[in-house]
Amino acid sequence: MKTSFLKLVLIAALFAPLGAGAADITLLNVSYDPTRELYQDYNAAFAKHWEAKTGNKVAVKASHGGSGKQARAVIDGLDADVATLALAYDVDQLYEKAKLIPKDWQKRLPHNSAPYTSTIVFLVRKNNPKAIKDWDDLIKPGVSVITPNPKTSGGARWNYLAAWAYSLKKNGPDEAKAKEFVGKLYKNVPVLDTGARGSTTTFVERGIGDIAISWENEAFLALKELGPDKFEIVIPSLSILAEPTVTVVDKIVDKRKTRAVATAYLEHLYSEEGQEIAAKNYYRPTLESVAKKYESQFPKLNLITIDEVFGGWQKAQKTHFADGGTFDQIYAK
Amino acid sequence: MAKTKNVLPGFNLSLGYTLLYLSLIVLIPLSAAFIKTAELSFNEFWTIVTAPRVMASYKLTFGASLIGALINVVFGLLTAWVLTRYTFPGKRLVDALVDLPFALPTAVAGIALTAVYAGNGWIGSLLEPHGIKVAFTPLGVIVALTFIGLPFVVRTVQPVLEDLEAETEEAAASLGANRWQTFFKIILPAVWPALLTGFALAFARAIGEYGSVIFIAGNMPMVSEITPLIIITKLEQYDYAGATAVAVVMLIISFLLLFAINGLQWWTNRRLNIPR
Repeated sequence: MKTSFLKLVLIAALFAPLGAGAADITLLNVSYDPTRELYQDYNAAFAKHWEAKTGNKVAVKASHGGSGKQARAVIDGLDADVATLALAYDVDQLYEKAKLIPKDWQKRLPHNSAPYTSTIVFLVRKNNPKAIKDWDDLIKPGVSVITPNPKTSGGARWNYLAAWAYSLKKNGPDEAKAKEFVGKLYKNVPVLDTGARGSTTTFVERGIGDIAISWENEAFLALKELGPDKFEIVIPSLSILAEPTVTVVDKIVDKRKTRAVATAYLEHLYSEEGQEIAAKNYYRPTLESVAKKYESQFPKLNLITIDEVFGGWQKAQKTHFADGGTFDQIYAK
Repeated sequence: MAKTKNVLPGFNLSLGYTLLYLSLIVLIPLSAAFIKTAELSFNEFWTIVTAPRVMASYKLTFGASLIGALINVVFGLLTAWVLTRYTFPGKRLVDALVDLPFALPTAVAGIALTAVYAGNGWIGSLLEPHGIKVAFTPLGVIVALTFIGLPFVVRTVQPVLEDLEAETEEAAASLGANRWQTFFKIILPAVWPALLTGFALAFARAIGEYGSVIFIAGNMPMVSEITPLIIITKLEQYDYAGATAVAVVMLIISFLLLFAINGLQWWTNRRLNIPR
């Protein structure tokens, strides 16, 4: 076992430079944390597709980390040909802070540049002992809710806004009531992890909390890894359409002369093959035919979007998550 | 000043290198923090660094670091003492264990500590019925900071204790000193400067610690947010200036504290050396 592993490493080390030399082009995809498995599959598929189409070899490397952190790395000079981040706000910063992409980047690809989507669901313990059905149940006294800190986690911002949107729908368009609702919810949160993975760990491994608000793909993954005999997924009556967005980083592809292949890399995400891979990794496909095929995996639910309820990310970020925003006010004394 | 001849040659050259090295490694990166902060007006700077959440985080970071370092002074001295004065089976193993917090990636330490001290962990499950919660409270922060600071005290005190021959203690005893007198009059003055250095190192290390604390702290605003997390939070909002403003405050406080500890050390050294 040990020797074979060592051999493998040695062989890999031997051939790695050759392998890199054999690829005519390399691309760097700077992505966020939970897409690790998705892009591992997709990068291999795209390399095949590109070679079949053009005869050129391409090697795509992917870098993963917190979405905001990854965006900052690109702003600070990481040579990313494409950025595939958790939310449009982080991609926006590539324009705002460094003018690496044009202002209207989001219009360049279909579906607001979001090839796959996801949503926010509840992960509860087996048999749902606290009988959690909807957002209302999360503000009841004695219910312990796990969600990461929206100041440090992109995923947590979706959770926060979904709860806010639910209150607007339920209690009428009253921002003060929504603030009270979300405030009560966060009073039930015992731990604010810095990222979505950390929250899942707290809920699953440490046994803390009755319910974790989670990315749908993350919840499926927890179920798959740890067995459906321990956890259940609860679909709330209303949730939010999470659109992880992708873009070519113009300044960098022009410098590295990789625009054609980088654009093809993103466009292929929208193809049947790309969509299949996304669905297999628990992201909701946007292509009708593939969506139909995976219908049973992704239950239908009432989804609102950031644009229609919050007027876009820039505005949502400013009102809710900037210093002194509604989230800070919950904890202000 | 101009014509003082040093006995050792190469003073100018080595001092030049020292200054250059310190500038490249320490001063230039740090000055970048100050320059970034200069984007802010003084009023903006002051509002950011005195916001209630930030103030609460200073209290936690400096308070927990101080407590952690003090715990290490007591138990680090004890550990160093045991390792130098006694021989027992497995001593080398224990000696090596002391360095582990140095080598371990801090995130690993944080995850391990959280697993042990959480309500369903080995120690946590014993403490929780008694109403003592460690993980996800400020107490957890102290535990993590004590963990990472331990080697600093042990490793600074150990060589001094080794140099301090056991005969001195025997002499004290034969001259009629009881055990407390031997400890306070003979041992403590000898190891005091090293102990102070160890304390300063453990304290400074704890102030800057991020990785291990973040997992065990729970990160609740106003309660268990450490200052480095506040900085990360601001960066996450692309608020570079705000992040460096808080960093600058931490830098200044840390520098003043270390400077004060160095001064204390210099003062005790002098005081202890004069009667000899």
